[in-house]
Amino acid sequence: MINLIINDIEVSVASGSTILDAAQKLNIKIPTLCHLDLHDLKMVNQVASCRVCVVEVEGRRNLAPSCATPVTEGMVVRTNTLRSVKARRTVLELLLSDHPKDCLICSKSMECNLQSLASDLGIHSICCEGEMSTYPIDNSSHAIVRNLDKCILCRRCETMCTNVQTVNVYSAVGRGFETVVSTPFDLPLSETACTFCGQCVAVCPTGALTEVNNRSKVWDALRDPNKLVIIQTAPAVRTALGEMFDMEVGTLVTGKMVTALRNLGFDKVFDTNFAADLTIMEEASELVHRIEHGGTVPMLTSCCPAWVKFIEHNFPDLLDIPSTCKSPHQMFGVIVKTYLAKKLNILPADIVLVSVMPCLAKKYESARPELSNDDIPEVDIVITTREFGGMLKEAGIDLPILKDEEFDNPLGESTGASIIFGATGGVIEAALRTAYEWLTKKTLKNVEFTALRGMSGIKEATIPINGMDFKVGVAHGLGNARRLLESIRDGKSHYDAIEIMACPGGCIGGGGQPYHNGDVEVLHKRMEAIYREDRSKKIRKSHDNPYIKKLYDEFLGEPYGEKAHRLLHTHYTKRQKL
Amino acid sequence: MYNKELSQANFDALENYIGSLPEKKGALIPVLHKAQNLFGYLPKEVQLFICEKLDVPSSKIYGVVSFYSFFTMKPRGQYVINVCMGTACFVRKAEDVIKEFEKQLKISVGETSKDGLYTLEALRCVGACGLAPVVMVNDKIYGHVEKKDIEKILAEQSN
Repeated sequence: MINLIINDIEVSVASGSTILDAAQKLNIKIPTLCHLDLHDLKMVNQVASCRVCVVEVEGRRNLAPSCATPVTEGMVVRTNTLRSVKARRTVLELLLSDHPKDCLICSKSMECNLQSLASDLGIHSICCEGEMSTYPIDNSSHAIVRNLDKCILCRRCETMCTNVQTVNVYSAVGRGFETVVSTPFDLPLSETACTFCGQCVAVCPTGALTEVNNRSKVWDALRDPNKLVIIQTAPAVRTALGEMFDMEVGTLVTGKMVTALRNLGFDKVFDTNFAADLTIMEEASELVHRIEHGGTVPMLTSCCPAWVKFIEHNFPDLLDIPSTCKSPHQMFGVIVKTYLAKKLNILPADIVLVSVMPCLAKKYESARPELSNDDIPEVDIVITTREFGGMLKEAGIDLPILKDEEFDNPLGESTGASIIFGATGGVIEAALRTAYEWLTKKTLKNVEFTALRGMSGIKEATIPINGMDFKVGVAHGLGNARRLLESIRDGKSHYDAIEIMACPGGCIGGGGQPYHNGDVEVLHKRMEAIYREDRSKKIRKSHDNPYIKKLYDEFLGEPYGEKAHRLLHTHYTKRQKL
Repeated sequence: MYNKELSQANFDALENYIGSLPEKKGALIPVLHKAQNLFGYLPKEVQLFICEKLDVPSSKIYGVVSFYSFFTMKPRGQYVINVCMGTACFVRKAEDVIKEFEKQLKISVGETSKDGLYTLEALRCVGACGLAPVVMVNDKIYGHVEKKDIEKILAEQSN
């Protein structure tokens, strides 16, 4: 342990800790900007590029950046001397001198770390005026907008994309005043290997990286008298939406969310969870089929569109291992525009299906050409949890005071298996609840596969099925997925089934969720909410959902049968590594 | 001396060079030097080739190429004229030398003449301050250069 003194208070911290770590232990707040420590996700952005966290260290001539300065024995630190406070102000004023000051109309307004820091430090005028950098806005993709005029070069996005996700889209380009965080050859994002996981957006402190905003498209649809406007909600949305209305983190707002959507004017409020149950019917059938017919194992889940794009770019030789199942919200789209359209006697072209998702990659996915039929996309518009919360505020709907209502039927009923899709390990757990019973013809007594839960990057479990050891793996975060896939490709490990989610924590930590601002505890609480909702459900296995059974009886025929295959399965495309 | 074509022979030579390295880790900058030596510049195709052979992300390669002024993504002339603008050369009127090159070649710093013969660059200190002002044409060094020498330097190349 290392002993030091900060602001006259003694503290002992482990060797290798930074001054910032030690100050945090004493509840002394040092302002930071570029720094981000998501320890559970093994992501630390410690480039010390912004210099906002400088402090005075006795015996040291220069001010020290507390986020990157290791503690030493007997160190004496002062965090709030006039010199350090003045230096912080200067640093911030210099940053602001090359930053558009359009905060009122910035999409990140009130959620911007730079804005709140300027407010905390009481900066109301700027000392210096100088050249401003200008770059064209990159809105080439369906998911992410890059406005580099607002970039402060903290490099959080680069650390996330390179170290955690190993997607390697961003790098610092150029030098001096011309430095910019950019893509290879400054290509538009849509032409890179970006998976649109949106984790860069989740950690960007300013409005430099934001989602493609589809709110006005949804308003237009809702105001169109000739359209039947349907909404589906992903499992993870209900665990986080309350945060935008200052409700306690981890509060489940399922019933209030349904009411809010009806108040917004949606004609039908359905649940993607229903389609998650449908996905399990198909995915578990495919798994059983592969096992009984000597097909390719491991089978990889295919619910996560960022993960799908990742494997297409990085492991084009392994495209036969993911399940061919479409993701739940796309399956839902197909069912709405075929089965439901027929039931309601309405043309698919007169339906607008909106998905509210914790995800940015779903925006990209819904625009994939193979996921539309006669130019009618399966899903018309995707909005994130954040955009949805914003729409409620725009409409003056105060979520916390709403009463609980139920989803519409028949596409609103779901099981406990479907809600856990929202957390890492949940999809494979849900698939196991069904596949186990189908393979063994026995009832699964304990439906909870706890070894597959939680935040460790790669998880595994061995489940005895019919005298065989059935090995299951789970990876979340694309860096973990890459490691797992490499070990499979090199023949170093064997699995029968694997679940992969691009975002750390799974969909609860998706790039479209309310900003967690570096507090990983938020992800834990959302995860707890997911399992709470699962336990509260009477039916906890997808194949027991009576409406799913009815859907197969009335419309789809056999699970994994010819019609199901045509409607609910897809194919993948080899893409350049770049 | 500089081959501007993206010929297979150059790619083969680069691959042989990479193959001869004892350790690929940390070899990016030497490999980029070699590549620029072979091709004369580092276009996207060459960077992607290096990305593949060294297993280094193209974003990182592009970051490095764009950072160092020595590396260029634009094709360069057969003769690259580097005028040193370091402190010593600057005070000994290197700027006049640059202006004279610009006048005679009808190009600005950073540009290549239409016939593809000359590229004019300015750089910061080549470490030969005793010879200030210094001009380098490819690997050849000219010291104590004055305005009147420039016509001769250019003529020397075309011979």
